[in-house]
This record gives sequence, structure tokens and C-alpha cells, in this order.
Amino acid sequence: MPADVEDLLRVLAPQVLGVLTRRYRDFDAAEDAVQEALLAAAVHWSKEGIPQQPRGWLIQTATRRLIDQRRNERSRMAREDRALLAQPPPADVPDGDDTLIVLFLCCHPSLTPASAIALTLRAVGGLSTAEIARAFLVPETTMAQRISRAKQRIKSSGVPFRLPTPEERAERLRTVLHVLYLIFNEGYVSTAGPDVHRADLSDEAIRLSRMAHRMLPDDPEVAGLLALMLLLDARRPARTGAGGELIPLPEQDRTRWDRALIAEGTAVLGGAIGGGAVGEYQLQASIAAVHDRAARAEDTDWSQILALYGLLDRMTGNPVVTLNRAVAAAMVHGPAAGLTLLSEVEDRLSGQHRLDAVRAHLLEMAGDTDAAAEHYAAAAARTTNLPERHHLSRQVARLRNPVHASAPAPGSSGAGARPRQGGEPP
Amino acid sequence: MTRYLLAVDFQPGVVDTPMSEWKPEEITAHLDYYGVLNRELIANGELVDATVLTGPDLAKIVTSDGRAPVVTDGPFQEFKEWIAGFQIVDVDSEARAIEIAAKVSAVPGPGGVPLQQPIQVRQVMDQAPSDAEEMQGFLDQVTDVRTSGGDHR
Repeated sequence: MPADVEDLLRVLAPQVLGVLTRRYRDFDAAEDAVQEALLAAAVHWSKEGIPQQPRGWLIQTATRRLIDQRRNERSRMAREDRALLAQPPPADVPDGDDTLIVLFLCCHPSLTPASAIALTLRAVGGLSTAEIARAFLVPETTMAQRISRAKQRIKSSGVPFRLPTPEERAERLRTVLHVLYLIFNEGYVSTAGPDVHRADLSDEAIRLSRMAHRMLPDDPEVAGLLALMLLLDARRPARTGAGGELIPLPEQDRTRWDRALIAEGTAVLGGAIGGGAVGEYQLQASIAAVHDRAARAEDTDWSQILALYGLLDRMTGNPVVTLNRAVAAAMVHGPAAGLTLLSEVEDRLSGQHRLDAVRAHLLEMAGDTDAAAEHYAAAAARTTNLPERHHLSRQVARLRNPVHASAPAPGSSGAGARPRQGGEPP
Repeated sequence: MTRYLLAVDFQPGVVDTPMSEWKPEEITAHLDYYGVLNRELIANGELVDATVLTGPDLAKIVTSDGRAPVVTDGPFQEFKEWIAGFQIVDVDSEARAIEIAAKVSAVPGPGGVPLQQPIQVRQVMDQAPSDAEEMQGFLDQVTDVRTSGGDHR
């Protein structure tokens, strides 16, 4: 399908779904009908060109599908449909609002993150079930079932098709941002499969976040999340080597970073920070920006990063943030300071490979090679990410075969095993 | 075409040194060898599935009498014969499956010495479902047979 057709379809998908859901009050059936209309459009428009009124074309086609669907179910429904069609359609709201309502609905707190992600990619992102299944490396039947369950759940929860009330808005928006963040992360550091990057998912998360930012330009956390994604994604070209292996931040070839994305991310972040309360995503984006600003790893302003992690740690109480803070503390005050911080979160993270990896990194900085190798080995045995396992195994090999160590700069070697730049999803 | 499962476990072959003691370039050579082999299998249209499992450290053993499940955590003593990973290949003959298994077994270890790990070659049952979609079709068939078989009117 030509790129312009695809782009247009995916922008229109949630708008058309919004219109149909409001008219026929059945999100589940409307969503199926819109998917069919998208498929039909992909075929027709690729051959015959984009119609004069693409949105109208999609609404009409989806409506026909919806009615056919119901007719097949029961003939009784057909009478109701005729009655419905005879009514003047309810007044439409601006398209942006519809997209936003669909986004809020798909990221409903009653759904598990996995279901919300799948439903968001389909209903808001306009991806087909097959595409989503491929991205998550599961059979299409499994993904279809996950999506259909999610829709059933929304139906039975009886959520009205409208924007959240002012009282519930902040909490609901948090869930939306979390789902978008998880989609990005899934692409950025995939939890399954042979490739470290599943670029399509990162791209899709950025597209959806841009959309959310356009619709909610005054929300500083929406802007913060978009900035964070842009600033992290800028490093994508430098994050993996020719053989698909992870390249840790200090060893990346920074000339390969995407300057345009860094500039855009920095600008979006700048706009957010003037905009009121500082939230987690803005802090994470600020940290990413400090890294992106350094032309060489040794130019990194670690004091600033340490201060930002301090704020983030206080705000979230997330032990994985403390791990990041420990690395920053070690860079500023030496490895002993970092190791002291680690002991604070030991209990809460015991058995997790990231704790072992960070401890190994700090022990190596402190010159305790044997203990470092031991902790890298423990981390390698516990990680569930294959490229990360390879990376950690190489660290062990490097430390246990000192002849072959290529004199890494102190403190740089284990950095790839560090918790991710932004820390865990808040 | 016939499908085979080629499974590798934790038995060391002729080399006893765990990978954590290898040199970095030996690890690279080891992984590159697998890379070349998998590329060849993909290019031939022979590779159906490849799965690498996490190690025994993360494993649990579950038994249940239908009421209270008993979950045993590691560390486990007897894990050498546990599956570490597998490929499913769809090939013309058993001979080809054996040829591929031989290549897997010859993966280089320290000093470039072929590891000679034992590779299990197991033919996959014909007409048996192997993913959710095929399972769905299979269950529908079974249901059809049962309903029609039970209808003696």
C-alpha cells in the first residue's frame, strides 16, 4: 500500500471509530467494522486513488459493514438499524476529541497492560491484528483473542463513550501515558525475540504520543513523555553493533545519533518545563537530554544527572530509579557511594538481574574484578533478554581474561547492563 | 517435508569450561557460527521456529493434586539434561535434519574446538497442532467428530 494511503488511514482510523461508536453505541462491533473498512480502503485506494472525502468514505463503508454484521446476527436487529439510520446522526464532535476518547477508552484501567497495548495499537493505531501479533511474536489467533477479550471487558464495564470527567482525568491520563511508554519500551528493548530493537513499535509509540501531544498541548507530562521517546530514540542508530549486539551508552558512536530528533526532543521538553508541575516523564526526559548533550561520554554532566535522579527517586520511590541513581553517584562521588546506595534497595530487588549487573559495574569501578565477574555471571543467568545475556557474558569473559581486555575506560565497561536510561516505567 | 525438533541441553560435550570462562572473541565466534547457520536455514526455507530458554536459575517445578499446587524453586542439581533451547526445522528428509543437528553440535567453543554437544533430533507428529491457530482448528475438528459420533438418532 502506498505510504500516503497508509498514513491517512491510520490518522482516520480512531476518528471514524469515534463516530461509529457514538452513533451505534457498540464499541466492540464498531471496532470490527472499522477494521474491515480500513482493509477495503487499503485495496480500493491503492488502485483507484484516495477519494474526495476519505473520512466520509470510511464512515459509510464501516457503517455498511456494521449493519451487515448485525443483519447476519439477527433479522430483528435490521429493523432497529433502519430506525437508527432514519434518525439524524448525533452531532459530531471535533475529530481530535474522538481520537482522544478512543485512546482513553483503550487504555482503560480495567484492562491489563498487555490488553490495553494490543487494543490501543489496533483501535487508535489502526494496525491489523496480524501486524500486532507479529510485533509481539505471538500467533495471530492468540492476539485476536486478547483483543476480543479486551473489548468484551470494556463493554461489560459499561464505560461511557466520552472524555473522562475532570476529577478522573489525571489518573486516566497516567494510564494512557503508561501504555504509550510500554509500547515504546517494547520496541526499544524488546522483551522477546532475537532483535534488540523492534523499531516499528517505537515508531508507533512516537506517532501516538505526537498525536496525544497535539491534542493536549498544554499537558507537561504528555510533552515530557514525547520528549523522552525522541531523546532516547535518537540513539537508536548507535545502540547495536553489526552483529546485533548491544552497545552501551558510553561506548556508542555519538556521531551516529540523530541530531534532528535530539533537537526536537529538547524543544518539546523546553516547552513542557515552563508549563507547570514537574512530573516523572519530564524528569526522565531531562536526564536523557543531559546524556544527549554530551559530545563524548566523558563530557557527561553527572552531577546534574545525579540531582535529577534524586528528584525522580523521591517522586516515585521506584527501586530501579535508585539503581540508576547509584550509578550516577558512583560517577560523581566514586564507587563506594554507589555501592552504599545499592544496599538500600537490596531487599526489594533481590534476585533481579539489574541489581547484580549494577553491582558488578560498581565493583569493577572499585577494582574488585573477581567479585565483579561473579555478579555479571549472576546477572547473565537471570536476565530474560538474549542480547543482554550475551552482553553480560562478554563482560564476564573480559574480566576473567584480563589479557584480552581492551583497556576500557574505568566505569564504562558495564554500562550496557545498567538499568535503562529512563529507569522503569513509573 | 517433515518437521523435526532439534534440542540442545546443558550437557557440555567435549569442553567442560563454562562459557563464563571463555575469551570474548571465543564467545563472538560461537555466536557468529550460530548466526551463519540460522541464516542458511532461513534462506532455505527450513527454519520454522527457534527458541532460546532462560537457564535453570529462573526455572520452577510445579506439581499439583488439583487443589494446592506445589512450586519448587531452584537451584536444581539435576538440570544437565534439561532443554536449553531448540529449533524446529521443516526438511526433506531425516538425513537433512541430522545434517543440521551435526552442524549445531559442531559449534566452536574455546580455542575454536567443536563443542560436540549432544543434539536431540525428534520428529514432530504429523497432523498435530503446533500453534494456537492450528490448535483451534484441531479442537474444532475434535468437537465435530464428538458431536456427530454421539448423535445416534
